[in-house]
Amino acid sequence: MTRYVMTIDLRRCVGCQTCTAACKGANATPPGIQWRRVLDIESGEFPDVRRTFLPVACMHCGDPPCESVCPTRATTKRADGLVAIDYDLCIGCANCVMACPYDARSIVHEPRFAYGDTPTAAEAARFDPARIGVSMKCTFCKDRIDHAERTGLVPGVDPEVTPACVNSCISGAMGFGDIDDPNSGVNALLAETQYFRMHEELGTEPGVYYVWDKS
Amino acid sequence: MKPFNPRAVELAAPKQQRNWDWRAAANFICGGAGGGLLLVAAFAGLDAFATRAALLMGLALIGCGLTCVWFEIGRPWRAMNVYRHFATSWMTREAVVALVVFATGALAIITASVVLTLVAGACGAAFLYSQARILAANKGIPAWRHPASVPLMVSTGLAEGAGFAASVAALAGAGPDTKLLVLLLVLLTVRVWCWRRYLAGLTRSGAPLAALKVLDAFGPRFQTIGHGLPAVVLVAALVGLPGRSLMVLLAGLLVAASGWVMKYTLVRRAAYTQGLAVDHLPVRGRGPSGPAAKPGWKMMSGGNRG
Repeated sequence: MTRYVMTIDLRRCVGCQTCTAACKGANATPPGIQWRRVLDIESGEFPDVRRTFLPVACMHCGDPPCESVCPTRATTKRADGLVAIDYDLCIGCANCVMACPYDARSIVHEPRFAYGDTPTAAEAARFDPARIGVSMKCTFCKDRIDHAERTGLVPGVDPEVTPACVNSCISGAMGFGDIDDPNSGVNALLAETQYFRMHEELGTEPGVYYVWDKS
Repeated sequence: MKPFNPRAVELAAPKQQRNWDWRAAANFICGGAGGGLLLVAAFAGLDAFATRAALLMGLALIGCGLTCVWFEIGRPWRAMNVYRHFATSWMTREAVVALVVFATGALAIITASVVLTLVAGACGAAFLYSQARILAANKGIPAWRHPASVPLMVSTGLAEGAGFAASVAALAGAGPDTKLLVLLLVLLTVRVWCWRRYLAGLTRSGAPLAALKVLDAFGPRFQTIGHGLPAVVLVAALVGLPGRSLMVLLAGLLVAASGWVMKYTLVRRAAYTQGLAVDHLPVRGRGPSGPAAKPGWKMMSGGNRG
């Protein structure tokens, strides 16, 4: 079996938002929509205050609540662990948006462009009408993962078949790979560190592991 | 809808959901009351005219709710795709039950068949239950996913249905009989018990502060105007004070209206998202890990991993 997951080493993330920009570039999301974001969390009380950068996106859950509530089967969990949306089936009911505890999904009801109603040349070239009025979210760059299947390249190792955010990370905070492969990089990292998965108590079995210390 | 541009430090905190607006709320408001009304009309022993009027009203309410939600979805012309996931989706189940509700309800009105009326009533109950489960299945909204939201939504639908049935009977001329008034009083008691249980459970298990603030502020008014006042009026009607029909009409409408306001509050105003959290702050350099951070929450729930 294959189960693609992401590792995010919070010790390394510097909050530069390069992954956010890379995702926007790779997926041509409209203004105001970020499939990948880096949150800036301030916590504690003076003088013991902390600032943490937290990259978030779809967690590609093992038991995705968005899939079970979807009335159309537009949202499905693939055999390799990726949670995908079929834009041609989705009716935009937003039930999945409500079901996701990670704020990962959004619906855009009309075309949006950076400078008003007229798209730039790049926006016009990459505008996808199929994504209007339907639910959308991070895909783990599934086209690249599918390309790996055809070429034999290894996601998380070969950049051509690795999510854009992971490729772009300047500090090496983000990793990607098959957690069912004992030799994968993500397995090696998780074996030597302490980590958590966000909102795991909700039973979603998220596929993103946040590393916070050595073991 | 107004654009929402939070500051960077606010992005992790729970936010009021902005995808289901008044149209989605109207589906729960009208559909729940309609389902409850069908059930009460089928089993309350109203006369033939009042039963038909109540059935018609129940179907109209459900139809109104579904029409509102049809106008909300992003791709309305693909609405038939809603029937594709009966195995796990309560929205699909609601849509399937709606078909049966309309078929049996319409036949019951046309034929005045007792059996069909009872079947329509049972289907109304199934519709009401499906709606309650739609809300509870949404793990992203803590105020909805709490298990006590299901009995709350069902009990308010039944109370609203009984309120409308009593109002229909009051307007139908013969006036509601004592059994229906007692039923309304019982359902009112059950609803206020479910409300208190829900709020206590939600506070105990943890929820976004903003959601609790909305619900806490709403609770006293809901209990006083939505339960205390109609209960007093109903008791007055039961003990035989003059103006019985008018009192029943007033009490019935108060019960229904208060239930509608409660559902709007739950679906729109108290619907804050889960928000994002860090179970362990990262260890940088020689310092220890900081405490968990869960912005906008009253308490931390769940365990840590590592």
